[in-house]
Amino acid sequence: MSPTITTSSEANGNVSAATARAAASAAASAEAAGPQPVTLAKALNTALADAMHADSSVLVFGEDVGTLGGVFRITDGLTATFGEQRCFDTPLAESGIVGMAVGMAINGMRPVIEMQFDAFAYPAFEQIISHVAKMHNRTKGAVKLPLVIRVPYGGGIGGVEHHCDSSESYYAHTAGLKVFTPATVADGYRMLREAIDSDDPVVFMEPKKLYWSKDLVDLGELRSAHSAAAAAGRSSEGRAAVARPGTDATLIAYGPSVPTALAAAEAAALEGRSLEVIDVRTIVPFDDATVCESVRKTGRAVVIAEAHGFASVSSEIVARVQERCFHYLAAPIRRVTGFDIPYPAPKLEKYYLPGVDRILDAVDDLQWEN
Amino acid sequence: MTISANHTAPDQTSKAPTGDALTEAAKKFGITAEDYMLPARHQIEMVDPDGRLKPEGEQGTEPGHEYPLPGDEELLAAYEQLVVGRRVNDQNSALVRQGRMAVYPSSHGQEACQVAAALCLSDGDWMFPTYRDAVAVMTRGVDPVQVMTIFRGDWHGGFDPLKHKVGIQCTPLTTQLLHAVGVAHAAKLRGEDTVVLAMCGDGATSEGDFHEALNFAAVFHLPVIFFVQNNKYAISVPLAHQSVAPSLAHKAVGYGMAGERVDGNDVVALLAVLDRAVKLAREGSGPLLVEANTYRMQAHTNADDDTRYRENSEVAEWRAKDPVNRMRTYLTDRGLLDDDGEARIREKAEAVATQLRDGLSEDVPVDPQELFRHVFAKTTPQLKEQSALLADELARDAASSTEEAGK
Repeated sequence: MSPTITTSSEANGNVSAATARAAASAAASAEAAGPQPVTLAKALNTALADAMHADSSVLVFGEDVGTLGGVFRITDGLTATFGEQRCFDTPLAESGIVGMAVGMAINGMRPVIEMQFDAFAYPAFEQIISHVAKMHNRTKGAVKLPLVIRVPYGGGIGGVEHHCDSSESYYAHTAGLKVFTPATVADGYRMLREAIDSDDPVVFMEPKKLYWSKDLVDLGELRSAHSAAAAAGRSSEGRAAVARPGTDATLIAYGPSVPTALAAAEAAALEGRSLEVIDVRTIVPFDDATVCESVRKTGRAVVIAEAHGFASVSSEIVARVQERCFHYLAAPIRRVTGFDIPYPAPKLEKYYLPGVDRILDAVDDLQWEN
Repeated sequence: MTISANHTAPDQTSKAPTGDALTEAAKKFGITAEDYMLPARHQIEMVDPDGRLKPEGEQGTEPGHEYPLPGDEELLAAYEQLVVGRRVNDQNSALVRQGRMAVYPSSHGQEACQVAAALCLSDGDWMFPTYRDAVAVMTRGVDPVQVMTIFRGDWHGGFDPLKHKVGIQCTPLTTQLLHAVGVAHAAKLRGEDTVVLAMCGDGATSEGDFHEALNFAAVFHLPVIFFVQNNKYAISVPLAHQSVAPSLAHKAVGYGMAGERVDGNDVVALLAVLDRAVKLAREGSGPLLVEANTYRMQAHTNADDDTRYRENSEVAEWRAKDPVNRMRTYLTDRGLLDDDGEARIREKAEAVATQLRDGLSEDVPVDPQELFRHVFAKTTPQLKEQSALLADELARDAASSTEEAGK
């Protein structure tokens, strides 16, 4: 292995101009052409590999991400392909991982770090809040921190204590962080590439219960589309998606709750009710325009999130929609969220998680008689 | 002490690269890895508080812990910076009393540490300072007024860290040590020979990030010098409440790195120890921990009352060990400094003080829109909205005050 690597990142001015960004082709070789069943885990893994091919300043590190390939295998094969200098295990210390990533980003790298589990990221909280979120502002933009903090999050996997938190509100509440969370396989690829390309720090929340869900996607096409968009300076950051069009009410969801919302819309359709489902995609920046356009059209909304409802992303969404769409609303906006309790043990989580029935009950409650 | 020099290293079945490097470093000096890691039995001190060069046998040096006397030119340059640093400290404290600055954590009494920390580094190296290290940052060449902007109150920072290779002064204790580790790691991956000096105080060694930073630097075998200014107090809490380790430098051995103690009011010893640490780090011997034994002569900040937790007699004892006076005597006795030289240096210090007075007395206009400009590299629609809201509010304020004036 070569003892040195070059930096092609352009984020901070101390490195040479980008030259290596061009060729992201090697990963494409082994793939079948056309749409294939692909898991979210595989899409994320491919996005990491492609980003590492495209830019030698992209580094991956964290706990068990090297030889093992991550406890969820998202970094599978990266050490073998790119060597121990580009993808490596660190000592078991989350603040250390984030703090070191800050220094690496200051010095020309684009670190993509893994926090292993939502609740294990808390030791890194000070680094994230006090430095990752503030460095750009404190230095008036002289120092950019192009780093991605990957956080597998949420429940529904029968996990034991501290393995199922929905911690997105902590990050979304912090000025200076961008917070992305994909809900589809294609978005897993697209949004992780965009997060790595971003000159802002991104907390990338991965719904771990969706890691093994499959969609039919063409990874080669996603790769080309990303290259074309990146070359043109386009990004889907800050854009929500209409995951299912409808006319009667809007379900607003993100990450692990999007498939649940879609299932609820499917069930409602059988009862003759047409629900539109909005996938928020990037919590920060939030796409007020797409969300409000939908709610103004339907006049009714339910916000769905696994996290505790109190002082959360879901409460923020309700407040924003209410402020902007009040005169279009036929009923108060409802929420279906986790209860305000510590995440329950595996045998009890089904009572906690927002499910289709609870969503449909909330929809039924939207004052249809008027 | 629990680790003896004769202790046999455990058999390392999976050979860590760090272990090998330590053995290499020890080999370089003909001592065991343990003796390389453990600080010398006494702190390194070269010029005593009266300004006399100590006999070689009393400097605290040992086999493998040898420190040649720095060159005259380096010492003169250091003295000049000491005088400037003292003037800066006292000028800034005066500006706080006059209400020109919100606060200033003075390094009065610690100037030798401040100066040596900057002078031991080359241009391509990096420094990561704390809030009390303004003099070190200025000695590194950053414009004094830019350094003080953080305390002037118009922004949380005033200089470009990339331009000067100096981290922005850090308030959350020891969080910056990890940034130092990251900068060193990135440089190492690119094959650059950058050395990074990371600064913290004695109280800060209790923080978790101190542990994580030292451990990461050692495991990844990075050229980081952890420079602890042991000034005896964390605001009011004395060192005995932070640690009962034999010394803070002894903590190094727990990470598999070398530690050393040095008289923190003796700039000659500081330069000798830090110069060698930089050389070793650059040669690939891994990280080092240097503890400087010094004293915070003034209260934590102007908001603190140090008479509540320490005796005047203790402060007086340390006044006699002053780093600036000691160096003046030493250089004068050696014939390296005369009245003219002293006058020229004082003039330079006065010029910096004037620069600070002028720069900090200036009523710098603030731009409220700047609040939104730097939060992100790529801003958000929400910040654009909020920026417009503030602009509208200010426009209405301006309009109504024009109206008032017109009445």
